[in-house]
Amino acid sequence: MIDNQEFMVEAYPRELTQNPLRKIWMPCKNGHIVHRRVCMTNCPTLIVTVGLPARGKTYISKKLTRYLNWIGVPTKEFNVGQYRRECLKIYKSFEFFRPDNEEGLKIRRQCALSALNDVRQYLSVEGGQVAVFDATNTTRDRRKTIIMFAEQNGYRVFFVESVCEDPEVIAQNIVQVKLGNPDYIDCNSDEAIKDFMKRIKCYESSYQPLDEVLDRDLSYIKIMDVGRRYLVNRVVDHVQSRIVYYLMNIHITPRSIYLCRHGESDLNIKGRIGGDSGLSDRGKEFAKRLRNFLQEQNIKNLKVWTSQMKRTIQTAEILGVSYEQWKSLNEIDAGVCEEMMYEEIQERYPLEFALRDQDKYRYRYPKGESYEDLVQRLEPVIMELERQENVLVICHQAVLRCLLAYFLDKTADELPYLKCPLHTVLKLTPVAYGCEVESFCLSVDAVNTQRDRPENVNVQRSTEDALQTVPAHF
Amino acid sequence: MSSTQRDNGSANSTEAKKTDLRVNEKKCSWASYMTNSPTVIVMIGLPARGKTYISKKLTRYLNWIGVPTKVFNLGVYRREAVRAYKSYDFFRHDNEEAMKIRKQCALVALQDVKAYLTEEGGQIAVFDATNTTRERRDLIQDFVKENAFKVFFVESVCDDPEVIAANILEVKVSSPDYPERHRERVMDDFLKRIECYKVTYQPLDPDDYDKDLSFIKVINVGQRFLVNRVQDYIQSKIVYYLMNIHVHSHSIYLCRHGESKHNVEGRIGGDSELSPRGKQFAHALRDFIDEHKLSDLKVWTSQLRRTIQTAEELGVPYEQWKILNEIDAGVCEEMTYEMIQETFPEEFALRDQDKYHYRYPGGESYQDLVQRLEPVIMELERQGNVLVICHQAVMRCLLAYFLDKGAEDLPYMKCPLHTILKLTPVAYGCKVEMFYLNVEAVNTHRDRPLGKIPKDSTLIHRRNSYTPLSSHDQVKRPRLYSAGNQPWLPLAPTPSALMPEERQSQTRIGGSCLSPCAKEATLTAQKKLVAVSASK
Repeated sequence: MIDNQEFMVEAYPRELTQNPLRKIWMPCKNGHIVHRRVCMTNCPTLIVTVGLPARGKTYISKKLTRYLNWIGVPTKEFNVGQYRRECLKIYKSFEFFRPDNEEGLKIRRQCALSALNDVRQYLSVEGGQVAVFDATNTTRDRRKTIIMFAEQNGYRVFFVESVCEDPEVIAQNIVQVKLGNPDYIDCNSDEAIKDFMKRIKCYESSYQPLDEVLDRDLSYIKIMDVGRRYLVNRVVDHVQSRIVYYLMNIHITPRSIYLCRHGESDLNIKGRIGGDSGLSDRGKEFAKRLRNFLQEQNIKNLKVWTSQMKRTIQTAEILGVSYEQWKSLNEIDAGVCEEMMYEEIQERYPLEFALRDQDKYRYRYPKGESYEDLVQRLEPVIMELERQENVLVICHQAVLRCLLAYFLDKTADELPYLKCPLHTVLKLTPVAYGCEVESFCLSVDAVNTQRDRPENVNVQRSTEDALQTVPAHF
Repeated sequence: MSSTQRDNGSANSTEAKKTDLRVNEKKCSWASYMTNSPTVIVMIGLPARGKTYISKKLTRYLNWIGVPTKVFNLGVYRREAVRAYKSYDFFRHDNEEAMKIRKQCALVALQDVKAYLTEEGGQIAVFDATNTTRERRDLIQDFVKENAFKVFFVESVCDDPEVIAANILEVKVSSPDYPERHRERVMDDFLKRIECYKVTYQPLDPDDYDKDLSFIKVINVGQRFLVNRVQDYIQSKIVYYLMNIHVHSHSIYLCRHGESKHNVEGRIGGDSELSPRGKQFAHALRDFIDEHKLSDLKVWTSQLRRTIQTAEELGVPYEQWKILNEIDAGVCEEMTYEMIQETFPEEFALRDQDKYHYRYPGGESYQDLVQRLEPVIMELERQGNVLVICHQAVMRCLLAYFLDKGAEDLPYMKCPLHTILKLTPVAYGCKVEMFYLNVEAVNTHRDRPLGKIPKDSTLIHRRNSYTPLSSHDQVKRPRLYSAGNQPWLPLAPTPSALMPEERQSQTRIGGSCLSPCAKEATLTAQKKLVAVSASK
């Protein structure tokens, strides 16, 4: 963030230099520039979940955290249940949660405060932007404590309440995420379910849902019946608006997302990046195998998406189904390095080549894009993937890495090196709090296009060191 | 995004013909393909709750992102049927004669909706009326079911008397119903009109009667929202949009970077520095901002050097947006138009055929730009006062959104260097003021080529296509008038200053929303106003 004080003192206009890695113009003196990836709120945000047990609070917390981190907003979740487990070591039964259990209440309050302390550490000291405080927070009293804490520290509070009375949904929740919970590690399913239902009962009597009148000055979203209905109150800034939009687009209907790259292309074979070439013979063979694979999978109402580059469209054409083209799914733009081999890039732009290895996520090709730019461009794709059910996305290496990083919660450091080989289909199925991944290699040979990070990333390195990890090509 | 439809051959021939017509007429929009069936958006609310404001704004947004949308305002139909409005008595719920007429109008309007959605290539129809009774809404739902449309309700609920009074003053006083414009009498009659509706008003009931409907309830001008059963992508986008707009007064300033070195050489694109005159402009811009005493002005730039250099002069914090970068001219980057004509004569000709959809090889089209700029528009709606320092093509796209320009006009809008456009929302539209800062610069505008250029449509469609439309682009269906009723004439002439000649004959219903710039007076001698005009 730019410090306003500095502005008064310095002379204008300041000279501009372009950061060699990110290709961003900034004034010489300052190292930082306000660079819009996502609107920065001036104050950190504290998201507070509200709801009885088994209402999907942790599911929402984790998913929201994953999304916000992916779009570049540093976010962390704080699950009070975890603090309680650390404190208590052994969970005996639902009796701990009885409203008349004084000892229990004391411990639970202590855990909440401990978690809030860590929240403060994260938001005020460690540079976090959003903290998700995941607990039941079912009483007005508890919420008041949190609001005061936020006010003291200059955080904005946004409540996310999940209300659900559908017994089937609740039962399914319990089976999916509570049975495997550390609390019930030594119980059989029936015992666990019985105990958990009693646990819920303990909260019910003191539950004070967010109220349209009493809580009219708070900022919140009330999610009812797993997204059938929403009540949104006083959204005050961009981050909250994005959160609301995201929460309104996610669903829990079972489905699978299939991700794969186009079939091997002519440029792939030559070891060249980018461009807009057609499929090689092996690439076409892959497309045929893909068609068979999809038939075997017997997927209901599958939607097929491609980019607007020839190679993905050719692949989809061979499938013989209708598909939609997205320009946002196009491969990363390598700017001046388009259609070059890595060897050529090293020869013509050795500095660029080294910078890329130093920070592959933020590195922007001259007149091209960075992975960071890709993520911004792909956000609408992710939003629509959340809305949809069964989808097959035929895309490209860098794009696939970005999408995969979103679903598998990979960091910016890991993202550019995720392995996404040609002729392999990844099947992602949401399960519990995460995503199950199955990899299907369709047994058609293809060149390897994965270039790992070499040991030597110094700009002075030798050509040999630079090309150490370049995969073989024709 | 474009859609590749596979015909399964199962439809009978007339059905197939209908589908073909739709696909051929609409250039599939990246947003519009997502809705398979047309949608009727039904407004609900007492008078002076902002229904028409929301209808028009939403329509403008949807057309801009390429979803053919049109508003059907029941008041207009009523004014056609009943030549002279006398008083609020017409709206009394026990006035049987009037009730008959009003119902008749609704039916006629719905017929027009049907024609628009089934024959004229429309995707979304916004039915702008009070629709305050269950009876009326049931009627609409029957209609929708008959025609296999989707329906989405937008209810505006407001009990803040100040907001309502302000509404009445801003848009009702100038309504065709009140030609004498005597404010107090208007206010009085209108408030009584509202009372007539209150008697029979049945708000949406999410807990029981209306729990299966898809709707959004906007409460107290966006303070609170209740959203029920969003069915698809377009409804989700509508909800997101409605949740981001506000009615607080604010102004948006659009300008280009100062003249750049490439500008001087006649080169397009690139990432060059400001020329000396460009630096002068930046300096003048700083004075302009000081003069206008804008509180909390946010400044946005692209990530190209020339806009950042311009912002640096201002001495205030600014934010860089990569998506505000100029259109990518691909292989033509940094060339002059002469060079392009010489090196890529076919491309050059293609661009003139259809500048909107034309995509530079390895680059972008205006169409792509609009998609890219959507988050900027969304954020501009959320914000207060913003100055956006951008580029020619980008500025044209943003301006087209605010001024409701379609794909035909957008690429030829005049956005000269060293000129600031100030946009202020007013009534149902946008007031535009133009400030030329008296620093000379080259002219970078290329007019629409004269004469008819043969359109080779196959070549254009080798790249994808989706088309932002403006509300004016809708195909006009000749209205069938009952005997004795003359067509209603618009109150104000179409503002010609902002439209190319061939469009000036279109009638605009519901009053003009743009005031010609020539009326706006300048503040200081330093700046002179130039009428905004699209090229012929």
